[in-house]
Amino acid sequence: MNAGLALSSPLRLAIGGFAIVAFMLFPILNLMLPAGHPLHLSAFWVTLFGKIMCYAIVALALDLVWGYAGILSLGHGLFFALGGYGMGMYLMRQIGRDGQYQADLPDFMVFLDWKALPWQWWGSEHFLWALLLVVLIPGILAFVFGYFAFRSRVKGVYFSIITQALTFAAMLLFFRNATGFGGNNGFTDFKRILGYSITAPETRMALFAITAFVLLSTFLLSRWLVSSKFGRVLAAIRDAEPRAMFCGYNTVHYKVAIFTLSAVLCGIAGALYVPQVGIINPSEMSPANSIEIAIWVAVGGRGTLLGAILGAGLVNGAKSFFTVAFPEYWLFALGAIFIAVTLFLPRGVLGLVQRR
Amino acid sequence: MRARAALVAALFLSTGAWALDRAQVEKLASDDNDEKIAAIAALVAEGDPKAADVLKQAAEGEIELDGKKVEVVVNNRVRGRIAEALSVLKLLSEDRNERLSAAKALSGGADAAMLPLILKAKEKEADAEIKALLEMTAAGVQIKSEDKAMRLAAIRTLGESANPNARALLTEAAADADEEIKLEARRSLSAVESRLVWGEWLGLAFAGVSLGSILLLAALGLAITYGLMGVINMAHGELIMIGAYTTYVVQNLFRGSGFFDWYLLAAIPAAFMVSAAVGMLLERSVIRWLYGRPLETLLATWGISLVLIQAVRTLFGAQNVQVENPAFMSGGVQVLANVVLPWSRIWIIAFACLVLLQVYFLLTRTRLGLYIRGVTQNRDMAACVGVPTARIDTWAFGLGSGIAGLAGCALSQLGNVGPDLGQGYIVDSFLVVVFGGVGQLAGTVYAALTLGFANKLLESWSGAVLAKIALLVFIIIFIQRRPQGLFALKGRAVEA
Repeated sequence: MNAGLALSSPLRLAIGGFAIVAFMLFPILNLMLPAGHPLHLSAFWVTLFGKIMCYAIVALALDLVWGYAGILSLGHGLFFALGGYGMGMYLMRQIGRDGQYQADLPDFMVFLDWKALPWQWWGSEHFLWALLLVVLIPGILAFVFGYFAFRSRVKGVYFSIITQALTFAAMLLFFRNATGFGGNNGFTDFKRILGYSITAPETRMALFAITAFVLLSTFLLSRWLVSSKFGRVLAAIRDAEPRAMFCGYNTVHYKVAIFTLSAVLCGIAGALYVPQVGIINPSEMSPANSIEIAIWVAVGGRGTLLGAILGAGLVNGAKSFFTVAFPEYWLFALGAIFIAVTLFLPRGVLGLVQRR
Repeated sequence: MRARAALVAALFLSTGAWALDRAQVEKLASDDNDEKIAAIAALVAEGDPKAADVLKQAAEGEIELDGKKVEVVVNNRVRGRIAEALSVLKLLSEDRNERLSAAKALSGGADAAMLPLILKAKEKEADAEIKALLEMTAAGVQIKSEDKAMRLAAIRTLGESANPNARALLTEAAADADEEIKLEARRSLSAVESRLVWGEWLGLAFAGVSLGSILLLAALGLAITYGLMGVINMAHGELIMIGAYTTYVVQNLFRGSGFFDWYLLAAIPAAFMVSAAVGMLLERSVIRWLYGRPLETLLATWGISLVLIQAVRTLFGAQNVQVENPAFMSGGVQVLANVVLPWSRIWIIAFACLVLLQVYFLLTRTRLGLYIRGVTQNRDMAACVGVPTARIDTWAFGLGSGIAGLAGCALSQLGNVGPDLGQGYIVDSFLVVVFGGVGQLAGTVYAALTLGFANKLLESWSGAVLAKIALLVFIIIFIQRRPQGLFALKGRAVEA
């Protein structure tokens, strides 16, 4: 029964390799080697890989609900952004008086002529509170939303459409200045995290290593989860929900649980993303972003955890390449990926390899 | 007085034909803006139509004095005053239309210095409509005067009107220190407000129907492709966008010819055909392989929409393109003092009704409609009795796409046409279809109108963005309560 914990030897090798690259090779190449050295790894690459690892966590999270429980959420970008905003609030407070206006309040509030922090910002100067928000806000939202949706047996495409409407509504809400999160511009110009300069190579590398660690943990957790009894029930729900129901499983509980866990993982990924990329704004909540997450999973192969990570890496790698080399063709390429994967690769890239 | 007369005489002699106050004309060229404004008022007060020429020259920055060009520096404030003065002078014109438009231009409020001439024009005016307008304008000026009796009279006059400006003026007066004026202003204000409230409700209702008709057009095609066929077409918005761009192209073909006003007659069928052709191509090449797999369809059609957006961007550029309204669609009908219904919106409401009737007719009274309904209700049985189901799918998808093209043609008359046009409608139109209940047209119609009204009603309370958010949240909650939509087809399946 404990197949999840007993890793196959190629997988053990892959995980070990990943750990060596992320925790030893990257720090050495980035920090130890001088900037002019041919093997020196620039900050650009560290940030890019850090970003893609955040996306991989999101892809894993979506794969848990879509690949294993058959629920396609088109609102995962919202949970990701909420986690990002939770961390962003703390980072804004860390700027202190070093902003453009040299005021106690964040710059955008001075600009809007606000005199005091609004209630949403209560406690935002504490790092632990920020961590709590990162986990709780997406978690609670997903729990409440999921509970009501699954209890009313909203499923399939209906669920996809209302999650899309949810993230769209949230985006409109966050675009307003009066919501208190910086409106269009969101949060940016961060200076410090826990007192360390956010642009320092050491901080950057530390964030990178933490992201790698979280990704690895998420992968192992997901792997354990999907091979446990819980995971089997999820697969049963995906394949024949009425039958699972008639066998006596309360499918609502299982669906709400996995949806909430998935949202929390997205929130954590968002919180890791913001300090590395240095900006968070409401466009992260646009429906287009959330659909893109689904295509990462589809490209890699849904229902396989490695596939989700692989897909996030492939699509975002391609995106980074295209938007620099041929910016006007990226949408063509992305559109073609969407069409080709659904038509020709229903099991994703991993499906090509694993012929079972 | 004598000096002035001499000056006038001098001016008269020097330029021959007209008698304007030379000193005032000179003052126009002075450096002090206040002096310029005083000069404008003085020139107007004389009521000489020739003053208009001098003022027009001044607005352009140069006046002629004794045959010499003198520069006049005009800032925004002075320019505004000159425009106002020109309107006042037009009140004396012989042409009724000119007087009417001048009176309308002034109805937004005029400067105290213009009052004497406005009163003079009012005395001379024979036309009742213009006279009423001038009376209101005069009262709007008088309400700010020092003379209490005049103020009271003005307040009473304003109480007769149904004009939002009058309401603003009276609201101001109702907060006056003087008790008598306060009382009178309150009385007039409530009279004006009760008159305005009708207009506001009418305006709101019209805006609701108008938005509803747009939502209906956008969602009607989807009601066929998604509601009847069950295909999640995320590229529906882009088919709308293609219809709008087709209108743009047809408009350009007609530009310069004498039939420009009739270009819509060609654009409507063209938009339908182009969008329908694109839709049928998509159905044949991509969507038909994904029938019965809605989530995959969703992703594939999203990919298609990205390709279409980028294709249009490559062909026409990322900027919005300009689609002009034909003459019969510009302007509007004034129904009440504060309600103007734009012709473009009236035509679009009519157009939406027409399209709806056509679709209804097509689905219920023609062979194609019969086949479409047959295939959607029981594909196997339809195939057994000889309906070419695959071909019907293509036609039905083409029909839905074509209607999206018609929606695009209509939208091009209202707002900007750009590559992102469709993106704004996709969430909305899905919600309309889902809200109305999948599988029938009636639900879509009710849903579109309900959402249109609700949106406009909420907007008048809370602003556009909050209204939109409230509506989205409402629909999310609604779908949880009634996943089948407003009008459900009843069944007993577990998979409701």
